[in-house]
Amino acid sequence: MDENTIICRCSDVTLKEIRELISQGYQTFDEIKRITRAGMGPCQGKTCGYLIMREIANATGKNMQDIKFQTNRPPVVGVKLGLIAEEGRNEE
Amino acid sequence: MKQAEIVVIGGGPAGLCAAMSAAKSGAGVLIIDRNKSLGGQLVKQTHMFFGSEKQYASTRGIDIPEILLKELAKYKDKVEIKTNSTAVGFYEDGVITVLEKEDKYYKVEPKAVVVATGAYEKFLSFPNNDLPGIYGAGAVQTLMNVHGVKPGNRVLMVGAGNIGLIVSYQLMQAGVKVAAILDAAPKIGGYLVHASKIRRMGVPILTSHTVKEAIGKDFLEKAVVCKVDEKFNPIPGTEITFDVDVMCISVGLTPLNELLAMRGCRMKYVPQLSGLVPVRDENYETTVENIFVAGDASGVEEASAAMVEGYLAGLCAAAKIGYKPDDFYERRKDYMNQLNNLRSGPAARHILAGLDQIRR
Repeated sequence: MDENTIICRCSDVTLKEIRELISQGYQTFDEIKRITRAGMGPCQGKTCGYLIMREIANATGKNMQDIKFQTNRPPVVGVKLGLIAEEGRNEE
Repeated sequence: MKQAEIVVIGGGPAGLCAAMSAAKSGAGVLIIDRNKSLGGQLVKQTHMFFGSEKQYASTRGIDIPEILLKELAKYKDKVEIKTNSTAVGFYEDGVITVLEKEDKYYKVEPKAVVVATGAYEKFLSFPNNDLPGIYGAGAVQTLMNVHGVKPGNRVLMVGAGNIGLIVSYQLMQAGVKVAAILDAAPKIGGYLVHASKIRRMGVPILTSHTVKEAIGKDFLEKAVVCKVDEKFNPIPGTEITFDVDVMCISVGLTPLNELLAMRGCRMKYVPQLSGLVPVRDENYETTVENIFVAGDASGVEEASAAMVEGYLAGLCAAAKIGYKPDDFYERRKDYMNQLNNLRSGPAARHILAGLDQIRR
């Protein structure tokens, strides 16, 4: 049933994929993100973030407090590159 | 680059009160909010608030923004409001980038910032959790109370906290049948006054139950739930199937504060505050100077506390950049007392335990 359980709605990553990666030793959010793109879609990890951290905690026996959350970087939503370039030109 | 004295990110209860408080002290304030109108989540709260009179108890949530905005209008020469505007970045040099209506992008350089960005809904993992008909409780409230759209005909509510209980009642008011409310915890999380109201209307509240799976081809048709043991493991043979076309996930909120994390504020995972929160002092200043936080972004609580935190953070942010009114200590003490009173009940014990972990 894990293959029908969606963890990352933006990139359609399933619980099965997450559990397989954790069992292969990918036990940080950022590693899982780089492989699956979980957390890189429009919601920037707001659906999958805690679900993946909880999976890592359960598999490793660690507390949630000891699991590193994903690195947050700007922008929080999509911005057209043209707009960024335009604002850059305004500064010149 | 746009200059601003104080930028308040988020125009919900915390942000509006922060802006008001800072402007009252004489600071110029820029409010940035991604929605088309201010008020945050208050705009969908059709129920009357609890708490004390100072935070508008017995007033319906939807009526509070108007009261706050009227109050804010007194300082209109000090306050600039940018709606439909998302703060998309918060950089190490203190610059904030703003995206307005997807077609305008600019930088703001503030002297101080109050981040009052609120919270977002947690999600659950179970088979077929991506079927249409499965909503967050906030989405259901937006559909019904903001847009007047019925989400479906028969609902299974997942989560017996206050939001789950209140939204269940609102669904029934809208003529939608609520099949049952379940919660994985052995006890109802929300206020008993809400739960009793629901029970009197004949809706079962199943504690120690969780969702086993959702069933449906193109949309949700059935939901299977089962009992869990004290370690939250499903107990085989306890399955119950409900014919529902809506499942409403109301398993709690978590602070929305990625802007603080990317700015470099020290963050900590505190379960009692529902997730990752910034470490801050008693003035709500984070570990980065002149960056303040207020409301659910600093730990999930409720709107009354968010408003008082906003007043306090706005007052202290203004004072930090030179707008320290004569009655500063008096006002600060008043807000701190109000917060202590709001957190004096047994329901707030976990909040106090959480706050102990983030005080710097």
